[in-house]
Amino acid sequence: MSIFDIVGPIMVGPSSSHTAGAVRIGLVARRLLGEEIKSAQILLYGSFLATGKGHGTDKALVAGLLGMKPDDYRIPHSMEIAAERGMNIEFGEAHLKEAHPNTAQIRLTGVTGKTLEVIGESLGGSRINIAQIDGIETNFSGDCPTLIVHNLDQPGHVSEVTSMLAHKSVNVAAMQLYRSARGGRAVMVVECDQEIPADGLKWLEKIEGVLKVTYLSKSEDGGSHEV
Amino acid sequence: MKYNSIQDILNICEETGKPFWRVIMEEDMQESAMSETESFEKMREMYRAMADADRNYDAGLKSESRMTGGDGQKLHEYNEAGRNLCGDFVGLAMEKAIKMGESNACMRRIVAAPTAGACGVIPAVLLSYQELYHTEEDRMVEAMFTAAGIGNVIAMNAYIAGASGGCQAEIGSASAMAAGALCYLQGGTNGQIASALSFALKNMLGLTCDPVMGLVEVPCVKRNSAGAVNAIAAAQLAMAGIVSAISPDDVIDAMRRIGNAMHPSLKETGEGGLAATASAQKFMQSEP
Repeated sequence: MSIFDIVGPIMVGPSSSHTAGAVRIGLVARRLLGEEIKSAQILLYGSFLATGKGHGTDKALVAGLLGMKPDDYRIPHSMEIAAERGMNIEFGEAHLKEAHPNTAQIRLTGVTGKTLEVIGESLGGSRINIAQIDGIETNFSGDCPTLIVHNLDQPGHVSEVTSMLAHKSVNVAAMQLYRSARGGRAVMVVECDQEIPADGLKWLEKIEGVLKVTYLSKSEDGGSHEV
Repeated sequence: MKYNSIQDILNICEETGKPFWRVIMEEDMQESAMSETESFEKMREMYRAMADADRNYDAGLKSESRMTGGDGQKLHEYNEAGRNLCGDFVGLAMEKAIKMGESNACMRRIVAAPTAGACGVIPAVLLSYQELYHTEEDRMVEAMFTAAGIGNVIAMNAYIAGASGGCQAEIGSASAMAAGALCYLQGGTNGQIASALSFALKNMLGLTCDPVMGLVEVPCVKRNSAGAVNAIAAAQLAMAGIVSAISPDDVIDAMRRIGNAMHPSLKETGEGGLAATASAQKFMQSEP
């Protein structure tokens, strides 16, 4: 733990878990979608549902979807800003089983019609975990550049991804594999020390058996994109 | 050079002859791969963000729940009216603590130290000290490192979140951090810093986290002023040469054990204590 987790972060109040963490969940969801959001369905669970309004969790999640960071002065006005930008937002209750008490389930539709569903958990002290993407379990913080590959559960896809990363001199910090069922759909989550170049992502997309490539970039304006 | 306890920090200071704050900074530079300038300037940014938040206090704001707002202004007016019961330093610190707690509840920008709920304690003590004694900013930044090191040891060995350890972990930790930092500013020895943080935390042991409706408002905002005053009292005791009978690491350990023993209804669930009172129920019914 850095001492700047003890004194810091600079954030808009009132709660590091219910406000700052919620902004970060929204922001990661936006970056994962990789384009402007046309409409968002935000479903809240547990403490987010029970005390979220008083903590500004609703405004914070929307602020993140608009691309704001946890210290952005405009967070309290995110609903108005979303309306100005024509972003359609709908709130509801998430029906999840045994989820973390501070959980949001977010369904996004982008301007080109691209869709994404993310389940994010706020763990406290503004740290978050992305627990699900498009119905498949994941487990990453969004603190590093993160590659998410949906593929068919068949041999060889892990080595294709890692050899591409090796070729691009990208070091793997953590790697996780999940699948819905044997021979079904699988997901690879690869957290990296460096950014992955766009041509590497494009190459992955063309591989037979790879269904979807999603990339969370940490670079400010480059943003993330799905190829 | 890694430290895990206050005693480790004191030992490293003794062996290397380096001040408390520098030991904290250098360890973090190693951990975070930062240069000395980057680390010091980042901490300066935190201090300046605290000062900005204090300056930007808006007495007209009300929180979403309507429970919080405007009390910092009342304290300011009372202080200005020449009737200050507490003296200049304590009076100003209380005012700044309430203002920061209110700003947090009203979704303004603050610095979590160690948490958002306890964000008023450290700036209240440090900004008031600088305002009254005109201390140079670099020395204030050094005091911030002192506070951060104390908080880091508490986080490693106990808790800094109310949901984990009750309010003793939030306001208690912030108060211990501020007490140590204040001792440093007053020219206290490392031993005096250790005693000050021990006094501050001991006074806060057992404090529960039972806010109304689970919101960071009642009693959190006013606890920030209590944490600030407690920090000043603790530093005063230590600077007078009084030594804590219980070592700082033992006090931190006691805080952890008390936190473990605390009933879940008293750990940020909004179910027990003050949250379960008739007065609290009234607020819940009138929620917009």
